[in-house]
Amino acid sequence: MSEHTYVPESKFGKWFNDRLPLLTLSKHLQDYPTPKNLNYWWTFGGILTFCLVTQIVTGLVLAMHYVAHADLAFNSIEHIMRDVNYGWLLRYVHANGASMFFLAVYIHIFRSLFYGSYKSPREIIWILGMLIYILMMATAFMGYVLPWGQMSFWGATVITNLFSAIPIVGESITTWLWGGYSVDNPTLTRFFSLHYLFPFIIFGLVVLHIWALHVPGNNNPVGIDIRKPSKDTVPFHPYITIKDLFALLIFIIVFSAFVFFSPNTLGHPDNYIQANPLITPKHIVPEWYLLPFYAILRSVPDKLGGVILLFASIFILLALPWLDKSKVRSAIFRPIYKQFFWILVIDVLVLGYMGAMPAEGLYLLIARIGTAYYFLHFLVILPVLSSIEKTEPLPASISEPVLKG
Amino acid sequence: MLKKKLFAKFLFFFIIFNSNLLASEKEFLHVDWSFKGFTGKFDRSSLQRGYQVYNEVCAACHSMNLLSYRNLGEPGGPEFPINEVKNIASSFEVTDGPDDQGEMFTRPGRPSDKFVSPYPNVNAATAANGGAYPPDMSVLVKSRKGGADYIYSVLMGYEDPPANIKLDDGVYYNKYMDGNKIKMSKPLMDDIISYADGTKATEMQMAMDVTTFLTWAAEPHLEARHKMGIKVMIFLIILTVLVYLSMKKIWSRVDSEM
Repeated sequence: MSEHTYVPESKFGKWFNDRLPLLTLSKHLQDYPTPKNLNYWWTFGGILTFCLVTQIVTGLVLAMHYVAHADLAFNSIEHIMRDVNYGWLLRYVHANGASMFFLAVYIHIFRSLFYGSYKSPREIIWILGMLIYILMMATAFMGYVLPWGQMSFWGATVITNLFSAIPIVGESITTWLWGGYSVDNPTLTRFFSLHYLFPFIIFGLVVLHIWALHVPGNNNPVGIDIRKPSKDTVPFHPYITIKDLFALLIFIIVFSAFVFFSPNTLGHPDNYIQANPLITPKHIVPEWYLLPFYAILRSVPDKLGGVILLFASIFILLALPWLDKSKVRSAIFRPIYKQFFWILVIDVLVLGYMGAMPAEGLYLLIARIGTAYYFLHFLVILPVLSSIEKTEPLPASISEPVLKG
Repeated sequence: MLKKKLFAKFLFFFIIFNSNLLASEKEFLHVDWSFKGFTGKFDRSSLQRGYQVYNEVCAACHSMNLLSYRNLGEPGGPEFPINEVKNIASSFEVTDGPDDQGEMFTRPGRPSDKFVSPYPNVNAATAANGGAYPPDMSVLVKSRKGGADYIYSVLMGYEDPPANIKLDDGVYYNKYMDGNKIKMSKPLMDDIISYADGTKATEMQMAMDVTTFLTWAAEPHLEARHKMGIKVMIFLIILTVLVYLSMKKIWSRVDSEM
């Protein structure tokens, strides 16, 4: 890296930088050569960083007022909503922030799928990203339990019960997770503890994710390797920073619309009823961002089979760089893959919809077809496509994108 | 082409499912609430009347244990004058203690006290109401699909049961209740109370007022939220325009090279 030659101008800067090269790092971040053709789908990395920081900051303050106890948690949330100064704002930002976080991460992931950003030499970035995503799901799930409403309680019951499907040790694992023989106070307190911890692990993984990104540099919509720095790149600051800021502001406008004018739309009304172990809600549904996986889980009549498919559907993504062997990254030059990409998007949306519906009749049938197609896409279509697809000719550089011969 | 066809099919299925959904769900009565929309505010006098309905009708069975009497005087709520809040509070007997002798005692309520519940606990409330617990009303509006419209619809939804439906004793027919059966008898009848401000206490008027009151109770900072939201939106839009113009200027250096 050429940045190592950087010498700060001031004497103190030089003295400090020789001992801890923070200024070299900041110089690197400023100059970091970025492809100049990045479109707005590339702004979601910055947006996600904003989401994480927002969740951590609002979460810190909420934790000062929240009481993690089965008898007190529900009312302590209402205390935040009613009596804490701007408590309603903090809580609505935090609750809707989780949804916004997932909205952004799904766009970020599908952008990667479309432009082949997971392919060599960026496999590690992809795997780190998937680990972040898995931790995000765990964190969000545990966070949803904390208000101790009906959906909190019964969602926790359903999800933790999944582990009881594991042969022989399943029951013991579930008891261990609960800290007792049902979801109760010990479950709540440990979920609170872990909900506080995980975001910082995510934060660490984000640092690694960005670090791993800065080794090969950004992929780009054309998906070709570019020389850096060159005519094809711009320095990160001010070009990318201002563009990321603009996109972030648009995102915050949407975010604010939810927080200020429709803060409960993305939640479930049942969670405003205090948890009651004796009354089961008619339909137990997770938050919207987990619905596709919930549909996969319920599409298998066997409990263990459902759990296996659920975990497989997530972990299969870790192997993606080796399932899709096509050398061409961007779907722009892969006419057939492009079609299948959109079918996958629809498939996931349909699965999400089925996850919200009762698992019966036509809903169940469609969820099953959707589940089968999800695995078909990754296990059959992608590997086969990599060998048979005729890709279109790639341009030599971003500056001369059209090479028609 | 393939994409378009698939999308068409996708839409087709979506529409079918949604229409299925709608068919299975009852439409609630829709009211043009003053608190809806970006600038929605509560109707102050409706909130005050709503409190009267709650206090004289609902509070016989329904608790509201997340609210304090002081809330009745706070900005964005019914905004009773402080004297009236004190009067309201002191009209309730509150159990306090233990005193120096270790005895519990009762005293008149203070604005800082929580609303006094009609029953000592959930079991007592359930037992006194034929096995059906009258839910706490503090966040009732937010805990029901349909929100204010739902509450209003249930209040207005009492009817004579169709001939083919036999109801047990203590069970009533309600058009909007899940399963059409409700254990609460019709709570509102014309002139069941007389409003302090002289408004005619029709069934509809009382249902509107008490629903408004319950919506405020569930979301006491709604007005502050809307007000701040408007300011935040204006700020964000101006800032976004400025950043957009800056971005165009900065990128013009690159785009001119392309």
